Amino acid sequence: MRKSTLTPALFFIALLAANAARAETPADFLKQFETAARQSDARFAGFSAQRGEQFFKTTHGMEWSCSSCHTQNPAAVGKHAKTGKEVAPLAPAANPERFSSPEKVDKWFKRNCNDVVGRACSAQEKGDVLAYVMTIKK
Amino acid sequence: MTDLNNIFRALRRGALIAGVAAVSTAAWGGDHVYDLGNAKFRSECGSCHVAYPPALLPAQSWDRLMATLDKHFGSDASVDAKTEKEIGDFLQANAGVKKKVVAQSGTLRISETSWFKREHGEELSPAAWKNPKVKSPANCEACHLQAAEGDYSERSIRVPR
Repeated sequence: MRKSTLTPALFFIALLAANAARAETPADFLKQFETAARQSDARFAGFSAQRGEQFFKTTHGMEWSCSSCHTQNPAAVGKHAKTGKEVAPLAPAANPERFSSPEKVDKWFKRNCNDVVGRACSAQEKGDVLAYVMTIKK
Repeated sequence: MTDLNNIFRALRRGALIAGVAAVSTAAWGGDHVYDLGNAKFRSECGSCHVAYPPALLPAQSWDRLMATLDKHFGSDASVDAKTEKEIGDFLQANAGVKKKVVAQSGTLRISETSWFKREHGEELSPAAWKNPKVKSPANCEACHLQAAEGDYSERSIRVPR
């Protein structure tokens, strides 16, 4: 009898865990970056929108910054620095599609960090930038 | 000469309108309308630039291009393995087979092929390329208004001033 009550409870916990693994909102991604940042750095002291803004708007030893394509205003329509193609706004307030798919978030951070920083970004850097774009109003 | 060109264009346009009713646009090679087919190809290869028609590069060029996506004309354009396979297969199946395309396997830039230079050199002044609204030969949409749909026909060209 005891077993039969336990099984649904376990199933429920497993379901919660599965839900936690699949990030679908900007806040979900922020939480994931926080977990990763804590794991890689015991002194992690939270994300900073101000630091994220600085990171976003400056170059990092290479030709482009994030704002080269996304512009200085993440709520604005951007323009690809090389091809001129329109880039939809990055700030979730202006474009609800942003930070809603783990595949897309992983893909674009991987590509764009390689282009802008010349390496993968740390969880701290990703979280700072996300914290910054989440503060942008439409 | 300009008049003659205009008449010629009008004739081509007329022929096109007549032809669309009878022939599928994808199958008709002469009208510069291409089938972009695969949805994954369109979304992935159409995010930083328009998805260029697969028929404009030969199979071996697409192969080389797909193998170097992490260093794609100065940008990291890598995709996950499953997407890479799907797009690669689609490109191989739809790559260009015309002689003028196959002959240009030496470059991965469509804008560096002889036929591209010929098509664009005849009617365009060098100044048109320097217009900030055009910015780059990669920016097909600057003049080919329906490029995102694979339509490069004369009727959808507007060169910005």
